[in-house]
Amino acid sequence: MLQLLDIAKDYENRPLLRGISFTVAANETVCLLGASGSGKSTLLRIIAGLETCEQGTVAWQGQDLSSAPAHLRNFGLVFQDYALFPHLSVFKNVAFGLQMQNLSRPEIERRTREAMTQVNLSGFEQRHVTELSGGEQQRVALARALAPRPRLLMFDEPLGALDRALRDRLLDELRGILHATRVPAIYVTHDQEEAFAIADRVLLLHEGKIVRDGSPAEVWNEPGSAWAARFLGLGNIVEGVVRLKVETLKVETRAGGFVLRCGHAHQTGEKVNLLLRPSGVRLAADGNLRGVVTDVVFQQARFKVTLENGLYFYLPEAPKIGEAIAISIPPSEVHCLA
Amino acid sequence: MRQRDNESASQRVGKSTQGGFAESLIRRIAPWLGVSLFLGLFFFCPLARILWLGLNPASLLTIAPDSLLIIRHSLLFTFYQACLSTLLTLLVGLPAAYLFARFDFRGKPLLRLLTAIPFMLPTVVAAAGFNALLGPRGWVNLGLMQLFGLESAPITFVHTLWAILFAHVFYNTTILIRVVGNALAHLDPRLEQAARILGADARRAFWQVTLPLLRPSILAASLLVFLFDFTSFGVILLLGGPRFATLEVEIYKQAIQIFNLPLAALLTFIQLLFTLAFSIVYGRIVTGVAVTTTPHTAQSNLRRARAWREKLFVGGMASLLLALFLLPMASLPLRSVARLEAARGERTAVGYDLTSNYYTELFVNRLDSLFYVPPFKALTNSLLYATMTVVLSLALGFPVASALARPGRLERFLDPFLMLPLGASAVTLGLGFIVAFNQPPLALIRSPLLVPIAHTLIALPFVIRSLQPALASIPDRLRQAATSLGASPLRTWFTVDWPIVSRATLAAAIFAFTVSLGEFGATALVSRPEYPTLPIAIYRFLSQPGGLNYGQAMDMATILMVVCGAGILLIERFRLPGAGEF
Repeated sequence: MLQLLDIAKDYENRPLLRGISFTVAANETVCLLGASGSGKSTLLRIIAGLETCEQGTVAWQGQDLSSAPAHLRNFGLVFQDYALFPHLSVFKNVAFGLQMQNLSRPEIERRTREAMTQVNLSGFEQRHVTELSGGEQQRVALARALAPRPRLLMFDEPLGALDRALRDRLLDELRGILHATRVPAIYVTHDQEEAFAIADRVLLLHEGKIVRDGSPAEVWNEPGSAWAARFLGLGNIVEGVVRLKVETLKVETRAGGFVLRCGHAHQTGEKVNLLLRPSGVRLAADGNLRGVVTDVVFQQARFKVTLENGLYFYLPEAPKIGEAIAISIPPSEVHCLA
Repeated sequence: MRQRDNESASQRVGKSTQGGFAESLIRRIAPWLGVSLFLGLFFFCPLARILWLGLNPASLLTIAPDSLLIIRHSLLFTFYQACLSTLLTLLVGLPAAYLFARFDFRGKPLLRLLTAIPFMLPTVVAAAGFNALLGPRGWVNLGLMQLFGLESAPITFVHTLWAILFAHVFYNTTILIRVVGNALAHLDPRLEQAARILGADARRAFWQVTLPLLRPSILAASLLVFLFDFTSFGVILLLGGPRFATLEVEIYKQAIQIFNLPLAALLTFIQLLFTLAFSIVYGRIVTGVAVTTTPHTAQSNLRRARAWREKLFVGGMASLLLALFLLPMASLPLRSVARLEAARGERTAVGYDLTSNYYTELFVNRLDSLFYVPPFKALTNSLLYATMTVVLSLALGFPVASALARPGRLERFLDPFLMLPLGASAVTLGLGFIVAFNQPPLALIRSPLLVPIAHTLIALPFVIRSLQPALASIPDRLRQAATSLGASPLRTWFTVDWPIVSRATLAAAIFAFTVSLGEFGATALVSRPEYPTLPIAIYRFLSQPGGLNYGQAMDMATILMVVCGAGILLIERFRLPGAGEF
């Protein structure tokens, strides 16, 4: 439904976005995931019509929106820190978009209440927005965006200011609402857990480009680059040199030699990055990775064990600090990052 | 024995015995003694005398019917001109506030400074500036006469209502730029964007979101402007001329020209009543401003003009402000060195000529009369008075500001009383002196000292308000650290307090100096004819005919403008951020 084609934008004379293209299908929640300053909020603002881009087009069902001002696009946007109108009551905040459509008074009343019920805010109508808690303000912002029934909803780090527990709860509710309303959505965040929890599709934004586009499971399994694996916190990344390539790949690294399967075409002597996933490994006397333990942290059913070479693994039992151990990593937990 | 001594000593520290209490009371009251005596004698006592004179049954009963007419007329005119001035100021000030809050353009800091200067510029300087620009001998009129060979000045500006309105806009636009501009600059831009996304076009977003959020600050600023216009004195007297009289001018006329002190006192009472009411409403609105605007820090609201309409707005508005603020201030010094008079006998040909004649004339007593004082003497008088004002206001203000920096109940109670002189107009202060000190036991009216005393009354609230935040910003721990390292109290003060407060003190001193140099209202009532200040001398020269008098007025006003302008710039440099704002 939404199509972005080759969007480019400069910020203070340096390229911020360089050729962003993607589409958002009906009923789909797309998550734009990137570090802060990667331009993901700017991209949202370009889609919303709040900012212009130097190059590229934003289109809705094939129709170019470049000349459509923000107020005619019928998109919803939930801002970071919500941007609620401080001079209006909760009810009037939610009703604002409906008033702008010049609907009849009973219609505004009905749909405002409907939106407020949707976000569990019934009874808050006459409250002043400045006296609400962060979570309540977030719900008002969501209701305000939902009420005019936008054809696309956008979220700009909507849960950034909230504490962990509340964040998880609101995330569940939000997922429910998005499924119920079936409105396509773009969700911007720098938190990969949030992204994986809410997205049908994850887009990784790095250095102004989309470096990975796929379902959460696909992105998790195939991060595609060392940067993505590191950003998503998938495990240890070590550099190595291809020693032997037959059916499997043999790679020599500073941490030891690994044998793995890899779909890419590699040459002997080529440098590659390996992702060593920290779980699914075991202590073994003949293990392919050796090191001295420098830190052991108890984490519920397992221990996070850090070695002197900086690599970390999750083990079911705790070795002693200072002990030299050997770890066996099965080939399934070693990935080659192109 | 030793044990018990220690105990009683610790008790004395802990619970404070009878003697300790009295001692601490004295220590708390001591800083207030000077100020209380000063304000009591020179502010509250004269004020009480005015009220008694104006409101005692004897004078109220004998009030003449034409006095009632005068009251009615001056009250109506005061409201009329204040309303018009405020509307006109809003008309210029709101777009100006928008310009400064939303756009970035070349020369912006300079333009902002330019708009801020008039607020502290002496009224005589502004009056002389407008006169040099648009007066009968001003640049514009002489230029038009030369161009079209006219016999007389084609534009009548001075002594019209327009002159009053223009000068008020000139003075008060900066209030709107500061108050409304600040509110607008700190308004979260995402609120307007949120409205846009919810389907509001630019116009509706402005009317339904931006404007309601700005309303309290617009109201507060308008009321402040109205208050200044309502109590305007110098502008009306100097630019409005004899035809126009606000309450303030009428008080002056009744007191100085007609010697009808009871009527002057009654007018003062009426004026005080209104200013008090406005101040209370203003206070209410200001407390509301803080609640409704949520400040933001993340995004900047500033942008460069891109669309042609924006460029047109920025260019047009900047030029308008430049013209409004620069032309009067620039034409004054230029006029002071240019002789543009028609030589005697040839009415139409205007000679051009640069001259320093007016400046050399400043030292000459042309008329050899007792009451004629050469301008140079007026300048030295002014400098002397200003120095006395600085010394007096710092000596009175410092102890109080120190006490207020760590406010207790006593300080919180007394604080509003310190600010009361702000509410009384300069003419009120002057009239109070005349009423209170014209007979024994305090027959001070002939003393030239009344002038610096009046100036101190005006400067003192500002001096206290600029010293207090600096003194309060010093944490006690610093002093305790210095003391624990072995510094004596005096040494502690010089090594800890002084380096921190010296800038604020300098700013306060320059402020007091500038205020004293430019003060016109109170001085007009209490100065002795033989000891005029610079503004009084300018007023005299401006109201006398002749090119030489005019030129000398321009010269003196130029000197005053340069000195005050330098003072204003220095204050901007030295004052603490945020201190001494409205």
